Amino acid sequence: MKSSVSFKFAAALCCVLALAACSKKSTPNLEAGTGPGASQYAPGSAEEFTSEVGDRVFFAEDQSVLSPEAQETLRRQAQWLQQYPEVMVQVEGHADERGTREYNIALSARRATATREFLIAQGITASRISSIAYGKERPAALCDAEQCWSQNRRAVTVITGGARTS
Amino acid sequence: MMMTHPMTLFRFWRFPIFAIVLAMAAIGAQKAEAVEGTVTGGRVDPLPIAISPFISGGGAEESGGTIGEVITNNLGRSGYFAPLDPASFIEQIADFGQQPRFADWRQIQAKALVTGQVSAEGGKIRVAFRLWDVNTQQQLAAQQFTTIPKNARRIGHIISDIIYKSLTGIDGYFDTRIVFVAEEGPKSRRVKKLSIMDQDGYNIRALTDGRDLVLTPRFSPTTNEITYMSFGSDTPRVYLMNIDTRQREIVGEFPNMSFSPRFSPDGQRVIMSLQDGGNANIYELDLRSRHLRQLTNVPAINTAPSYSPDGSRVAFESDRGGTQQIYVMNVDGSNQNRISFGNGRYSTPVWSPDGRYIAFTKQGGGKFAIGVMAPDGSGERILTEGYHNEGPTWAPNSRVLMFFRDTQGESGGPQLWSVDITGYNEQRVPIQGFASDPAWSPKLN
Repeated sequence: MKSSVSFKFAAALCCVLALAACSKKSTPNLEAGTGPGASQYAPGSAEEFTSEVGDRVFFAEDQSVLSPEAQETLRRQAQWLQQYPEVMVQVEGHADERGTREYNIALSARRATATREFLIAQGITASRISSIAYGKERPAALCDAEQCWSQNRRAVTVITGGARTS
Repeated sequence: MMMTHPMTLFRFWRFPIFAIVLAMAAIGAQKAEAVEGTVTGGRVDPLPIAISPFISGGGAEESGGTIGEVITNNLGRSGYFAPLDPASFIEQIADFGQQPRFADWRQIQAKALVTGQVSAEGGKIRVAFRLWDVNTQQQLAAQQFTTIPKNARRIGHIISDIIYKSLTGIDGYFDTRIVFVAEEGPKSRRVKKLSIMDQDGYNIRALTDGRDLVLTPRFSPTTNEITYMSFGSDTPRVYLMNIDTRQREIVGEFPNMSFSPRFSPDGQRVIMSLQDGGNANIYELDLRSRHLRQLTNVPAINTAPSYSPDGSRVAFESDRGGTQQIYVMNVDGSNQNRISFGNGRYSTPVWSPDGRYIAFTKQGGGKFAIGVMAPDGSGERILTEGYHNEGPTWAPNSRVLMFFRDTQGESGGPQLWSVDITGYNEQRVPIQGFASDPAWSPKLN
């Protein structure tokens, strides 16, 4: 699925020098076009997870039900997490600003729980996934319309350890 | 605080202190409105009051000016008084011991008159004031205080409370503080600091440095402590903090997030929500015995608990029926009954200190309102409504509510506002920057 060339390349350079980490950044870009489905991100990296797997799912207003689309994203997340078993994640639950503070804390905990439980049901070990509820305290999108609030009703799977460096 | 700065209070001379209510039709009508719970016609004609500049000298001039300003500002902001412009005063009070020339004060339409004097005495100030009914020429109140100059604002608040009580018959609320969350920085990464200030927005002090996200502070009714929620390095938890020493401790060791804390009326217990998976239930922790008691056990979000002032019941919000609604239960968890039945979502119930009302946030039709209802759910009244109003807190006299009002958009942010229980006299608390989650202290002293 991903370019094994760039994987070896990144693995070889990994953890050597900060300078090396900088210089190799442009190299995968050159390789990106060499094969079908090639990633511009190092396999197993947080960047790859965020950009190509998809790190977040969205919810309807005052809901914590996972839509088919959200479930699809979480299945990709689970696949990726099984590929990189050393990766640890934290699921952040969030709510939009159109609710009261304490209810939103609990609502976002409910979203984080639904997300975490779905990943566990896909075979990811529970101890690899922690969760935290941010309520409406950390909006991702800043505006004042439904189109924007919908981006804030989210659960984000954040890598907390074990990812490879890109 | 009296505890940290000893202050002697004693009555002035031998004049009897009348705590009589002026037979002011407007004030009388105001009180009747509240009793009947109607908002229409609740607007009061503020009582014209003359606050004569406090006579001061010998280094006490600044204190005298401050005390006069504090009184004028407090009474004006209450909505029940209209302090008259000192430029209109005919008599310039020069001798505090002499009777005022009442005809001069009647001529400028003053109904009540405040006179005062501040003198410096060996590093301290001596403050004396008198409140006069201009029509009957009676002295309604008089008191003298000795304190350090730093306490000048505090003395102004105490005198304001005496004047307010003398003229309205209602306890004042000026000698109080607000604990709240000061906010700064971009909306996506707000830095939040627990902060405390006087009720009028002065003497703001930060209690935390902003490194940890902090929310929902509440005062202890009996000690110099607050309880609040903080996001530390791991699970968000309920904390206690001593306001003087800033010493913090976690309230209870629970496996998951704890939030939404409030003290019991006797200060011995903290009631809060504990998260368990997708559900949150309400628990009460005895701070001495560390005994934990579960009050709700429903697969839903049960949060925002508020004790009745006698501690026998708890109002809270729950979405057990599908959406957020307000419920009341006994303090042992029995008899959980829904009390909100209007259109919309009801949340953040707060029992009034006199026990007669439950204030709430109401969401519906894209708007957020602050309202009050009786503890049985009857007599709902909306006090203010708009894009976003949230989280009411009661002044200790159950007449004024503070809340936060948020504005839309990337550069929007919350500010603190107050409103009279009649729904009139909305006032922004005049502080710089964004602020949210206000909680009113009990009366100090």
